[in-house]
Amino acid sequence: MPFLHPLQDSAERDAILAGGPLVRYPEKANLILLTSRPPQLETPLHYFDRAITPNEAFYVRYHIFPIPTRVDLATWRLRVGGLVERPLELSLDDLKTKFPPTRLVAVNQCSGNGRGYFEPHVFGGQWSNGAMGNAEWVGARLQDILRAAGIKPGAAEATFNGLDEPAAPSVPDFVKSLTVQHLMEDPDVLVAYQMNGAELPMLNGFPARLVVPGWYATYWVKHLSEIMVLDHAFEGFWMAKAYRIPDTPCGCVEPGSTPARSVSIQRMNVRAIIATPKNGARVALARPVTLKGVAFDGGYGITQVEFSDDRGATWRRVELGPDFGRYSFREWSALWIPKTPGYYRLMVRATNRAGESQPIEPLWNPGGYLRNVIERVDLTVA
Amino acid sequence: MKLAAACLSLGLALVLVNRAEEKTTVKEIKLPPDDAAAELKPGPGVEAVRAQCAICHSTDYIVRQPGGDAKRWEAEVKKMVTVFGAPTSDADAKVIVEYLASRYGPQAKKSSHSKAARPR
Repeated sequence: MPFLHPLQDSAERDAILAGGPLVRYPEKANLILLTSRPPQLETPLHYFDRAITPNEAFYVRYHIFPIPTRVDLATWRLRVGGLVERPLELSLDDLKTKFPPTRLVAVNQCSGNGRGYFEPHVFGGQWSNGAMGNAEWVGARLQDILRAAGIKPGAAEATFNGLDEPAAPSVPDFVKSLTVQHLMEDPDVLVAYQMNGAELPMLNGFPARLVVPGWYATYWVKHLSEIMVLDHAFEGFWMAKAYRIPDTPCGCVEPGSTPARSVSIQRMNVRAIIATPKNGARVALARPVTLKGVAFDGGYGITQVEFSDDRGATWRRVELGPDFGRYSFREWSALWIPKTPGYYRLMVRATNRAGESQPIEPLWNPGGYLRNVIERVDLTVA
Repeated sequence: MKLAAACLSLGLALVLVNRAEEKTTVKEIKLPPDDAAAELKPGPGVEAVRAQCAICHSTDYIVRQPGGDAKRWEAEVKKMVTVFGAPTSDADAKVIVEYLASRYGPQAKKSSHSKAARPR
């Protein structure tokens, strides 16, 4: 059932977010420029009509500058130290040959993906929905590496550092941590040196990056160079102060308010993205319109995607593409034939194996994280 | 057009580095310069912003924010100084906050459609 009047609100914000210039960076296709230094480049939405995001279209996000622009594999090493029996210094060849290569398709999504839509607005990268990508990663299991190093009793966390070093010692280096329990329970955490069958683009972490399936990209440290095992919880800036969400079941608070307590962001929630048609598009009456996009979650796996053209009153299941595993984008598509002229709002929602779905109204938190409201496109049928 | 040509030669240089006949162990890229379109609005204090903020980051970190009042910008500038070690004096910080709040102030309230969910 169409609306009588056009719906302005979402199209308006879309125009602002999509207004960033397209830029061409090394090894990259034209991407949306958020910032130049350090670079933040967004994947245009149309790439999400398929399950695998091409390397050249994969978004880019750094925290500190300068970033690595030159890596010599003759000298690059991944060092493993701290509370271990045998500290390691692994070359890229060591990573490839000393540990069984493990293959995994997994979504990498920035914690702040969709931040630009937050109301009230929040500071931070004003991403539309393109701060994400899905790739086939090949790498060494972190478990295997840690076993080779031999974790000593009393180990609590491991920290992950990359080649990006701050220009001044006063700037907190980008270091993340995960619990040893997480690392030993999850065999899918990888040190990945291959992305969609090729070496990693420099701007996506060459020569190797951490892959933490199901978890937001903040943990997927690029240009990985050092793993340290600690006997205590790591308290660095990027864990203790940044990437925090409200300590509430939804990770949200009353819009505009400050949470009483916060916790580190972790697992991704359920989302479905509409790649095509574009928001604000005009389509012809009685002609079939193909809707396409991807759905994903934090690792339970997507079981169904549904579509509504009546403001969410009724929903029907749409076609799902091939299943590349529970951490992957799942392609979805639907055919829709508008039978009456007017203004339509098409909505798409996903549900995962745990029964989790998406809210009809957006949740809010001061960091602009965890956006997973049911996405929509507004179309004019004439 | 010039920009396109520059980008093209940049890409070519990269290919040459990566596909050199003898197997190189080096991978190298060249980053484009800061986006010239992210020019700061003119106004009192703009020199201080250029001199201080742009040491560590491009100006699009400012011009592409949604805008904020003096309190919001003050928190941001304070973070840059206390957390990220910006070598900015208190006097400069004051000038910078005034500039940012006046040139990149809060945006007009948006439509009433976007209600946010209540926390559960």
